[in-house]
Amino acid sequence: MSFVSPEIFAKQKVAAVQDYSVLALHAVTNLFSGPRYWADIITQMDSIGFGSLPIIVLTGFFTGCVLALQSATSLQEFGAVSMTGNLVSLSMVKELGPVLTGLMVSGRNASGMASELGSMKVTEQLDAMRALGTDPVRKLVTPRLYATIFMLFFLTILADAFGIAGGALVSVALLGLNGSSYFHNSYQALVYADVVQGLTKPLFFGFIIATVGCYFGMTTKGGTQGVGRSTTQAVVVSSVFIIIVDLLVTRSMIGIFGR
Amino acid sequence: MPEATPNSMPHQLHTGAATFDAPVVVFKDVSITFDVKPVLQDLSFTVHPGETRIILGPAGCGKSVLMKLANGLMRPDSGSIHVFGQDVTRMRETDLYKLRSRIGMVFQESALFDSLSVEDNVAYRLHEEHVPEAEAHDRVLEALKFVELDQAIAKFPSELSGGMRRRVSIARAIITKPDLILYDSPTAGLDPITSTTIVELVIKQRDVTHTTSLLITHRLQDAFTLAMNRFNQSTGKMERIPNGGIDDSTKFLVLNEGKVVFDGTTMELVHTSDPWLKDYLG
Ligand SMILES: Nc1ncnc2c1ncn2[C@@H]1O[C@H](COP(=O)(O)OP(=O)(O)OP(=O)(O)O)[C@@H](O)[C@H]1O
Ligand SMILES: [Mg+2]
Repeated sequence: MSFVSPEIFAKQKVAAVQDYSVLALHAVTNLFSGPRYWADIITQMDSIGFGSLPIIVLTGFFTGCVLALQSATSLQEFGAVSMTGNLVSLSMVKELGPVLTGLMVSGRNASGMASELGSMKVTEQLDAMRALGTDPVRKLVTPRLYATIFMLFFLTILADAFGIAGGALVSVALLGLNGSSYFHNSYQALVYADVVQGLTKPLFFGFIIATVGCYFGMTTKGGTQGVGRSTTQAVVVSSVFIIIVDLLVTRSMIGIFGR
Repeated sequence: MPEATPNSMPHQLHTGAATFDAPVVVFKDVSITFDVKPVLQDLSFTVHPGETRIILGPAGCGKSVLMKLANGLMRPDSGSIHVFGQDVTRMRETDLYKLRSRIGMVFQESALFDSLSVEDNVAYRLHEEHVPEAEAHDRVLEALKFVELDQAIAKFPSELSGGMRRRVSIARAIITKPDLILYDSPTAGLDPITSTTIVELVIKQRDVTHTTSLLITHRLQDAFTLAMNRFNQSTGKMERIPNGGIDDSTKFLVLNEGKVVFDGTTMELVHTSDPWLKDYLG
């Protein structure tokens, strides 16, 4: 680690934010003009979406289970154990479903994108691609971006559903609640605004995962060690961004819908 | 200075006609600095159609940078670079992609796509242009036969030797028959036999299709092989130009510490009086 003057450091950071913004902008707008790489979008959807299924199902399910257990203890004090369904579904749909899915996919795919593009960068494959007349942003970043946004949306729905199911299992098997009233409560608790909030978040998170992952990949410097560094940074930065943006989205949704 | 021998007449005619055409590559006062280190300083030279320009110079003097500049992969700090009459230093990236379809490039480390097979690597440009699969396959075979690697078509780059990778990289660069080929150290780090095979390929490309090219090399021996041999189409092999003749379309550019120390023909290089150059040529 070399020490640089604060001025140079600030300049580097500003330049990085600028490069990131330009990359993100191009990645988004590339889809509105040809050539488009549909086959790559499908491949990425398969690897990001289908590949993340097991971890998303497991995370969602067990989070729902734990949520039911934890909330039941607190609710017992107020004699409101029957409200477990409300709590589980609200927490899952509005908050935990989107955020946990985002963090999981970030750990799995932001790192994957950073290391894949990073290796291509350090072995000059990105330059070779440009020399062969293909824009690497168009060919590599845009498909990953749209595939992540699209698939994260559905993965979040799955995580929500499995979370509620996990909560149901715990409520019925361990807490001795009535299954149909659990589901009835879960359903009743959710209003339109909650669902909109829960489904807006993955659109932002998908954008963050893909753009941050690809940005660190494409700006990799310094051989294999550099690839490792990019990968770590991609996961750290995208996870932190996800949590910060979660706060911002939640706040503005409360501003819009009043809950 | 003995410019041409009778035996090199065909080449003489070729370049003679070509010099009236617009130059293919023109560097004018090009400078580039990385961090604080000036790598190229006020570099100027011109490459005419049909010319094979051999670029020599010690390691780290900026040869690879020069080649990336010529392809618009990097932009200089100052100066202008015209390729096919277009200024690559001021072009938008989208226009550069169009221009690059006329340029083939062989990277120093081959830079093959390691997750694609040899066939998909070589066919990359054809796939981008949506050439029908059957036709693309035939053209890949033809290009691989040219580099004598048609048996490796189904392999992956990691399964190939360094020399084979270079040749795949050459096949990938020439498959669309570009008007300009940039070879970055195609023979570096290879045994004499393999590097002769590659030099022979370059000579074949030069004498069969008369493509303009820039070629970086560390091996003076390869440079002189290029200058003193020609491709015999009837035998399919390269042969010495008789009576010590020299190929006229082959010219030299020698760099040192970011500056041009020599720009001229083989004969001028051999008979140089510059002490550093004499020392460098051994
Ligand atoms: N992307 C880059 N960032 C920073 N410095 C660079 C970059 N590319 C090249 N350089 C520097 O430019 C100088 C010239 O590099 P270049 O690769 O052109 O050398 P070369 O003449 O091709 O050497 P060799 O014969 O060993 O291939 C080197 O000192 C190198 O450190
Ligand atoms: Mg080099």
